[in-house]
Amino acid sequence: MNIVNFTPFAAFTGGVIIGLAVVLFFIGNGRLAGVSGIASNFLTSKINRTDNFLFLIGLIIGPIIFSIFVNNEIPFLITDSFTSIIFAGLLVGIGTKVSGGCTSGHGICGIGRFSLRSIIATITFILTGIVTVSFFG
Amino acid sequence: MNKIISLISGVIFGFGLTVSSMTNPAKVLGFLDLFGQWDPSLIFVMIGAIVVSSPFFFLTRNKTKPLFAQSFSIPEVKTIDTKLIIGSSMFGVGWGSAGLCPGPAISSLALLNNYSLAFIVSMFLGFLLAKVFN
Repeated sequence: MNIVNFTPFAAFTGGVIIGLAVVLFFIGNGRLAGVSGIASNFLTSKINRTDNFLFLIGLIIGPIIFSIFVNNEIPFLITDSFTSIIFAGLLVGIGTKVSGGCTSGHGICGIGRFSLRSIIATITFILTGIVTVSFFG
Repeated sequence: MNKIISLISGVIFGFGLTVSSMTNPAKVLGFLDLFGQWDPSLIFVMIGAIVVSSPFFFLTRNKTKPLFAQSFSIPEVKTIDTKLIIGSSMFGVGWGSAGLCPGPAISSLALLNNYSLAFIVSMFLGFLLAKVFN
């Protein structure tokens, strides 16, 4: 193991900002900011559809504000083929729906609420992610 | 008011993802490359977010109502079953293949690239296909 490209300060700062969004959404609207849930509910449910839509639009506005006020350069590097991206998207969609959460819903909100279910989900997707990168990365 | 809260929460969330470079798939794959060229940054993102939000979850545990809605919506499911493990594993494999998860994938639409769009379309298809597994 070599440690490379480690940016603890930017990572922690970004995490704190994400945490503020989670807090606002929770104390304001009483909801957990789990993005897979918000996205899939937007697709399949009429309940809170406008709220879900606005949250998702906000996710896209965030980087635009960053590029205007902080730094114009937002790196985005992907080396996968188009086919494997589509395969990955399908797995992420099915997997998060079946397990009820993703990195934000289980990994941040769930762990923040000390949910055992979310802690186990997070350990599982990090471990399977590591295995995938180690064997196929 | 809750509409404005939804939008602002999304904007702040997307801004935070960008500050921490989680919108970059290569950065996320660096975290998962534990046995190669490892970049521990992602764990600091999670710690930052949990440190900020956790006290609020704790402080509001006896509150009956949020500020701008009728009730808190908290998942009632607490069971740890095969669906949780299988679903999380499928998510992990997809996450490790592309370096994209739902939040960063949607935020990176701002960068106008076809990869994020293709990922999101197939993710939405996956949400619908999940009914077969449920």
